[in-house]
Amino acid sequence: MKILTGNDLKTGDVTWWTGSDWSRHVEDAVDVGESFEAILHEEEAARRVNVPYAIAAEMTDEGPRPAHIKDRVRALGPTVRPDLTLKPADPEAGNWVI
Amino acid sequence: MYQYDKYDQKMVDTRVAEFRDQVERRLAGELTEDQFKPLRLMNGLYLQLHAYMLRVAIPYGTLSGKQMRMLGHIARKYDRDYGHFTTRQNIQYNWIKLEDAPDILADLASVEMHAIQTSGNCIRNISSDQYAGAAADEISDPRPWAEILRQWSSFHPEFSYLPRKFKIAVIASDEDRAAMRLHDIGIQLIHKDGELGAKFFVGGGMGRTPMIGPEIRDFVPADELISYAEACLRVYNRYGRRDNKYKARIKILVHELGKEEYTRQVEEEFAHMKTLGLNPPVEELARISEYFADPAFEPDASDDLDLSDPDFKLWVDQNTVEHKQAGYAIAVISLKPQGGIPGDASSAQIDLMADLAEQYSFDELRVTHSQNIVLPHVKKSDLYALWQKLDEAGLAPANLDLITDSIACPGLDYCSLANARSIPLAQKISERFADLGRQRELGELKLKISGCINACGHHHAGHIGILGVDRKGTENYQLLLGGSAAEDTSLAKITGPGFSEDGVIDAIETVTDLYLKERQEDERFIDTYRRVGMAAFKEAIYG
Ligand code: HEM
Ligand code: SF4
Repeated sequence: MKILTGNDLKTGDVTWWTGSDWSRHVEDAVDVGESFEAILHEEEAARRVNVPYAIAAEMTDEGPRPAHIKDRVRALGPTVRPDLTLKPADPEAGNWVI
Repeated sequence: MYQYDKYDQKMVDTRVAEFRDQVERRLAGELTEDQFKPLRLMNGLYLQLHAYMLRVAIPYGTLSGKQMRMLGHIARKYDRDYGHFTTRQNIQYNWIKLEDAPDILADLASVEMHAIQTSGNCIRNISSDQYAGAAADEISDPRPWAEILRQWSSFHPEFSYLPRKFKIAVIASDEDRAAMRLHDIGIQLIHKDGELGAKFFVGGGMGRTPMIGPEIRDFVPADELISYAEACLRVYNRYGRRDNKYKARIKILVHELGKEEYTRQVEEEFAHMKTLGLNPPVEELARISEYFADPAFEPDASDDLDLSDPDFKLWVDQNTVEHKQAGYAIAVISLKPQGGIPGDASSAQIDLMADLAEQYSFDELRVTHSQNIVLPHVKKSDLYALWQKLDEAGLAPANLDLITDSIACPGLDYCSLANARSIPLAQKISERFADLGRQRELGELKLKISGCINACGHHHAGHIGILGVDRKGTENYQLLLGGSAAEDTSLAKITGPGFSEDGVIDAIETVTDLYLKERQEDERFIDTYRRVGMAAFKEAIYG
């Protein structure tokens, strides 16, 4: 599957395309197949996202998992600072990245 | 310390106002990201893995207490309560919001700081010896020269669009504590027949093609130093490879032309420059030097130290350095606690270091290229009180220059160019070698880790270096041995096939065990490696 990601223009937060909006959580990302150029264009022009791009991902029980480790780090946060990730209460969250 | 004059302040304030306007236009959609990106990069604002990242310049690594406290304030107010001190003697914030960036720059400007020229193909922050003005072995204080170079290179119109980034280091002792020969230009101040001048080394660097800068001039008189630097840059600006980013650094030009031909062209340009009268007037040199006059040292401060507290004794042994003034010491605050993140400091720690600098070090701090903080002028009789306060705040690891005092770049935890994480590796090595007795037994051992070939973590210059690579989507680590960033500069060599994270830590243990077995007398790791050679180490690692 392909999902879309970018950063929030104002805050720089990593965001994921949900089909209608941008979410901080990769779990909310939807498969856009091959027809995403128009979404990227439109959303960037409307400044709802900054420098968006499509990445490969696979669907798992916990939701979409980006194929590349870099995007998994983006999705979670720095593995060396669990307190600053999106899952501060889950000490095992870092394993999802690796 | 240098203080801005009205021109410095005006330039910085004007830049803040300009950037504020640019950010407003970006947020309002009047500028596209393509248009805005070069503008934000000129103000040190990157877009990194998790957010915008701001890199703040700390000229030649020198800070006052007030400036340091402002760095803590920014971490607390705009970021997530910490900052990361880097190998270029700067600080980076990882969680900056675009909408806050102009206010942050205004806050910085209020204490004579900025983020200008911390990105892009220009002359970057000038680096220098972190012990400048305090070291017992320096022939002259390098900071006035670093400051003159800073002023000369700030907004230099001819050098705003160089073929590639450009890094200059200035030192003034035979011991090189600034990785001088791994800079685009390395300048070593020297005396010749009683006259002050400098040796020039041009074309050093790390990155994907590491090179040690060759000496191109054994003496440039001090009052011609700027012209000579300008000549070096002019030749580069004209002939540096703009067609290929990977061949654009000056090291490639010097290498391809050959040192002799490059030098010939510089000398020709220099002869021409001398006719233009571009060197700063002597009065200006004198004016700037005055800012770096010695603080009011107590003339009869005592050298006596009560070392009855064994932990204090360890710290004094390991983390203090001889000062030029009797009764004083240079104290190094290690930002490498056991299992910690090299170079990170919380805002509370930053505030505390600011307070301690005001209280014990004539209001001065330095950032080192190995990601530590220095209090350059501490009275020996104050060391115990200082140490106690540092220890309480987790700032007194007694591991300067030991294996756990490693350098690590942000790596894949923060950096969008990374192939692998570097920080967790530094943390695990720090845990594996936690025993201080064992560390001290191993002695001086420079461990340097980069998360990709760009070498921000100086892996080429590590006695032991680690380079993170991407092997079919998983993190893999190459081990390097034999590098040095000191006066015996050398480039490390890869041992062989890469390892997993745990594998590389085991390999390091194998290597250090072999060193202990082979070492003669008081050889350091690097000395034994050089004597014994790579083959024995390879054999031990790979069988
Ligand atoms: C996270 C954002 C960063 C990015 C995008 C980045 C990018 C780069 C790149 C592309 C190079 C190679 C330049 C070349 O070979 O032409 C480089 C080199 C370097 N960077 Fe970084 N870097 C980052 C962070 C850092 C940090 C945190 C430090 C200090 C800890 C640092 C210090 C250096 C140094 C010392 C070099 C090698 C010197 C040389 O180029 O000769 N960088 N960086
Ligand atoms: S060495 Fe690579 S991974 Fe590390 S900070 Fe530099 S660019 Fe990023």
